[in-house]
Amino acid sequence: MSFASPMIQEPASVPEPAVAAKVAARNVNVHYAEKHALKDVSVDIPARAVTSFIGPSGCGKSTFLRCINRMNDTIPICRVTGEITIDGKDIYDSRLDVVLLRARVGMVFQKPNPFPKSIYENVAYGPRLHGMARNKTELDEIVVNSLKRASLFEEVKDRLQESGTGLSGGQQQRLCIARAIAVSPEVILMDEPCSALDPIATAKIEELIDELRSNFTIVIVTHSMQQAARVSQRTAFFHLGSLVEEGSTEQIFTNPKDKRTQDYITGRFG
Amino acid sequence: MTGFYYALMVALALGAYFLVRGRAAALANGQTLHSRPSYHGLLAAAQVILPMILIHFAGSVLAARFVEHQALVAMDPALLTDELRRGAAFREIREFAIGRGAANATQALQAGAAMYAYLSALTNWAVLGLGLAVGIAMALFSLRSISGEFRARNRFEQVVRYLLMACATVAVITTIGIVFSVLFETFRFFQKVSPIDFLFGTHWSPQTAIRADQVGSSGSFGMVPLLVGTLLISTIAILVAGPIGLFAAIYMAEYASPKFRAWAKPILEILAGIPTVVLGFFAALTVAPLIREVGTSLGLSVASESALAAGLVMGIMIVPFVSSLSDDVITAVPQSLRDGSFGMGATRSETIKKVVLPAALPGIVSAFMLAISRAVGETMIVVMAAGLAANLSFNPLDAVTTFTVQIKTILVGDQEFDSAKTLAAFALGFVLFFFTLTLNVIALAIVRKYREQYD
Amino acid sequence: MTDTSMAPPETGIRTFDYGSDEAQARVKRRYKTEARFKLYGLLAVLFAGAFVFVLLADIVRKGMPAFFEHRVVLTLDLDASLIDPTGRREIDVLRNADYNKIVMDAWRANFPEVTQRAERRRLEALVSSGAADDLRAAVIRDPALIGQKVRFPVLLSDDADLHFKGLSTRISAVAGAGALDVKVNGREVELNGSGQPFAAILADVKAGLMQDAERVGAELARLPASQQGGNNAALDARRIELTQKVAELRRRAGDAGSAETIDFSAMPSRIIRAEGAAIRLQEIGPGSAKGFLLVAPQREIARLESWTVATFATPESNRKASDADISWLETLNARGAIEKAFATRFFSSGDSREPELAGIRGALIGSALTLLVTLIVCLPLGVGAAVYLEEFAPKNRFTDILEVNINNLAAVPSIVFGLLGLAMFLNFFGLPRSAPLVGGLVLALLVLPTIIIASRAALKAVPPSIKEAALGVGASHQQAIFHHVLPLAMPGIMTGTIIGMAHALGETAPLLMIGMVAFIVDIPQAITDPGTVLPVQIYLWSDLPEVAFQAKTAGAILVLLGFLFVMNGAAILLRRRFERRW
Repeated sequence: MSFASPMIQEPASVPEPAVAAKVAARNVNVHYAEKHALKDVSVDIPARAVTSFIGPSGCGKSTFLRCINRMNDTIPICRVTGEITIDGKDIYDSRLDVVLLRARVGMVFQKPNPFPKSIYENVAYGPRLHGMARNKTELDEIVVNSLKRASLFEEVKDRLQESGTGLSGGQQQRLCIARAIAVSPEVILMDEPCSALDPIATAKIEELIDELRSNFTIVIVTHSMQQAARVSQRTAFFHLGSLVEEGSTEQIFTNPKDKRTQDYITGRFG
Repeated sequence: MTGFYYALMVALALGAYFLVRGRAAALANGQTLHSRPSYHGLLAAAQVILPMILIHFAGSVLAARFVEHQALVAMDPALLTDELRRGAAFREIREFAIGRGAANATQALQAGAAMYAYLSALTNWAVLGLGLAVGIAMALFSLRSISGEFRARNRFEQVVRYLLMACATVAVITTIGIVFSVLFETFRFFQKVSPIDFLFGTHWSPQTAIRADQVGSSGSFGMVPLLVGTLLISTIAILVAGPIGLFAAIYMAEYASPKFRAWAKPILEILAGIPTVVLGFFAALTVAPLIREVGTSLGLSVASESALAAGLVMGIMIVPFVSSLSDDVITAVPQSLRDGSFGMGATRSETIKKVVLPAALPGIVSAFMLAISRAVGETMIVVMAAGLAANLSFNPLDAVTTFTVQIKTILVGDQEFDSAKTLAAFALGFVLFFFTLTLNVIALAIVRKYREQYD
Repeated sequence: MTDTSMAPPETGIRTFDYGSDEAQARVKRRYKTEARFKLYGLLAVLFAGAFVFVLLADIVRKGMPAFFEHRVVLTLDLDASLIDPTGRREIDVLRNADYNKIVMDAWRANFPEVTQRAERRRLEALVSSGAADDLRAAVIRDPALIGQKVRFPVLLSDDADLHFKGLSTRISAVAGAGALDVKVNGREVELNGSGQPFAAILADVKAGLMQDAERVGAELARLPASQQGGNNAALDARRIELTQKVAELRRRAGDAGSAETIDFSAMPSRIIRAEGAAIRLQEIGPGSAKGFLLVAPQREIARLESWTVATFATPESNRKASDADISWLETLNARGAIEKAFATRFFSSGDSREPELAGIRGALIGSALTLLVTLIVCLPLGVGAAVYLEEFAPKNRFTDILEVNINNLAAVPSIVFGLLGLAMFLNFFGLPRSAPLVGGLVLALLVLPTIIIASRAALKAVPPSIKEAALGVGASHQQAIFHHVLPLAMPGIMTGTIIGMAHALGETAPLLMIGMVAFIVDIPQAITDPGTVLPVQIYLWSDLPEVAFQAKTAGAILVLLGFLFVMNGAAILLRRRFERRW
């Protein structure tokens, strides 16, 4: 893609950028019709690391997540202002193509939502859309590699032509992750990926997230503070539509600066 | 007479209601009643009304049969066994009896009419007397059963419950009635014409076979030309309605702004509400001449009542049907599937084509099946625009005919009830009913299953 | 991963350059597909909308003339000796008087030159046979008119009416050039003028011949070629015939000076109008013409200084109104005797074989009676069934069958219900044919599933908390339902019922089966009288050959659509008004 200004503007307002930011948000506001859902959020998300968003229900963490690949565009009453850049390029630039953006920023949803097609077709869907494979062999390779990368291949290699909806919940979610990986995204957004799963399936997904960290920038929204502590390197705490505090996971959980963060992680509310 | 009977019944029921309620209320001063006085009254009224209605219905039907039989006997006993003349003779008797008959009536007719008038009056009074007696008896019975412990409310609610159940059963009775009325006549038809000839014969001309002894009478009841005509017109219709209805549904469900929907939905509803006789008029007087003109200018020979005109208009008739059913199934596809697809970087049309439509496929298939069944059973458009010629042709520019057109043609106007021609209409009706019922049952079963999948 | 895991190969994930030209081109292509797909959807909706618009516009255009009628205002001599010779104003005497003679005498007085029998019959045919009935009704209503001379609007026949509605022929009139000498011999007229007054008309006639020649030439060109060895005799004969015809037409058209005889079966008629007279040209030369006096002048004429020539574009034999008919009507119109009025008759009279007399009153009353029966039968049945299924029915096999059965019944073709009505109500129960009673019963069964389904939806929409509250204060199950749930569901039930009734109002096919298709002039008074309904009336009229019935059909459709519009509108209003958000 060619953009007019490839320069990354270093904003002064964000303290101690730990690593080179992959995704940078500045003064992001979101309105749902009359409701002000997200207020002035500015945050840097580092590359090749897991960043988790925590906070009570309705605090805006999922809304913010959906801004990063412009999924909010599908909601007619939603209005987003402010600036979000990926590798320094504004994703709300009118010249940017939202279809390509979503290929580069994959998403995994709260409830596993495999298409009512075969396992193979589920994974092949994205590469077909974007024309990533020139022939069947290449497509097979992408599908197999994606399934392997999502630690699902061994379990399904004999039944690739069976329906994806026939898998267990945890397998379905890993299929969705494989589906997202298949289009070789740079960033993967996960919206409470384990909330519909049992503890064993959750543990598998968490392990997978840890492995994927080496190749992808991962942002995960979670309800569970333990999960945030287990999988993420950086954590951001949202409350009532505002970003309260952001820092290394260790710091947030051991030495929060804000009283509200303290109250939340100690279980006073949430 | 009927009016008088029911006026009496209402008066009797009101009387019973007030009398019993009053008596119960008086009783309530001395002791506690199980049920409120008005329930005693309601039960009394119901006990009067229900038997009286029953008596009137049964009595009238039985009396009518009896009177008809006796009147015909009085006119000419031979008429009873003569199915062909029987109906006409009785109509004559009735006309004469009410003073609308011809002046030059035969002696026999006068005798029949006199018998008719005498017995009609007699049976009417008998039914009235019987009903009145039973009604009064029931009212008295209610009056006697009043007591403190009498559970009038429970009794009355029991009655209401049975009444409601009877209401629900009417739908089943209707279906049974349909099945029996067509099945019975179809069976009689197959005694005259072999089912093989009917199902596989390729020549249809019932007009030539008015008399059973006529040459080729069995050969002219082949339904294949009608089947082909029906399917030809239905195919044209579904070729029009399928794409238009489906695309309209997709646009309304996935693309249209609320404002556009607010305009377009009522227009589709208007289209759905236009009576088919109006569409038939439009097809016959506007579309058919237009097609003929265009065809002639292209050097094609177009029948003035072409299958194409009827099929096109019928197609537009079922557009709202396809679109509203498809709209329902498309909106029933969960949003999470769409989100999953958008999240992969799919455009809206890719999402629709590759995710939404495959997921909604069973529902759409059943919508199409219901639409086909609607097209096959549609009457007025084809009656007015498709014509009567039973050509065995697959050419949409030819004139063809359908099941419904033939049923209508045979049964409109005077008919002898027993001729093979008249019975053939019922046989066609049976095929039509069986065909559409099969389609409907399958389609509704698919819809049911589909709903369960996403509920 | 646990023990089954394998180390991800470094090249496991292919990277893909979304910035490459190839990828960019692909995106462009995908967006084009997207736009096209969206356009198809929009076109589909617009097509449906356009069809509704075209249909309504077509019906309105065709149907508006039905609401107007043309009448000629005549001065009628209501001679007492003719109408009421006894002078006692007895109703039977007044009813049986010869009003037709009064009307016809006054009508013929307009054209005293019409004496020949065939011509007189044509003239008389321009007045509707219903005019005498109108006069009779007026006299009976007001016997004081007897003995007076009254100006009375006399209804014109359908053909005359159609002429004034512009449906007979296109008429163009131009001023004639130069003065004419007129020689009248009985009804034959000879016209002469100096300076070739008819040259322009003759040129016009020749141009018409030229067009005919081209048309015949085109037909000749379309004839299939002769086949080797085939039986081509008829084809060859036809070819020769057409070739000769073309040559003849070309010759006549090319010879500018020669006189022409008008062939009224193939050529437009030309009528000279002057001084109230109408002369149809039969032979036209450049300087002189011969014609026939269709309408006599108001005074003797020998010379015409100014005159017009009117051309009736459609050849006489291709239209129902003859040249004479049109000339008579136009003459009266020029005298200001023709009036156009709203046709109240359309709403106040029953069916008739005469288009100008036919009305929809019988059909309207028939529809009302039929719908009344339908409503009385199917509302209690439908609501009762819905209440039972929603509130009382045990969940068992029988209830399951009931549900499937109701859904299927809703999709049974309507004509099958007609078969049921014929076999059950007419042949088994012996109910009267063609009666609104039977029609109403059949339609009741037809719309019953609709009403049950709508009523069940309305009952389901009432939250269970309402019922529970009633049960909580000690009401019985039935009391809770009939006192609380049913009243709250009533608006929804009414909406469903109105929609069901609208459906019944537009239904035709099953009613044909039970004989409501007979030609019935009398307006039904009771549900057992023979009658018809509006949609069937539409069907009957649409089948008739007279052009005037086409307008009647479309007019009746407009009335039907009007009723449906009102009913559906009422349903929508009711839904909006009582829509409750729980």
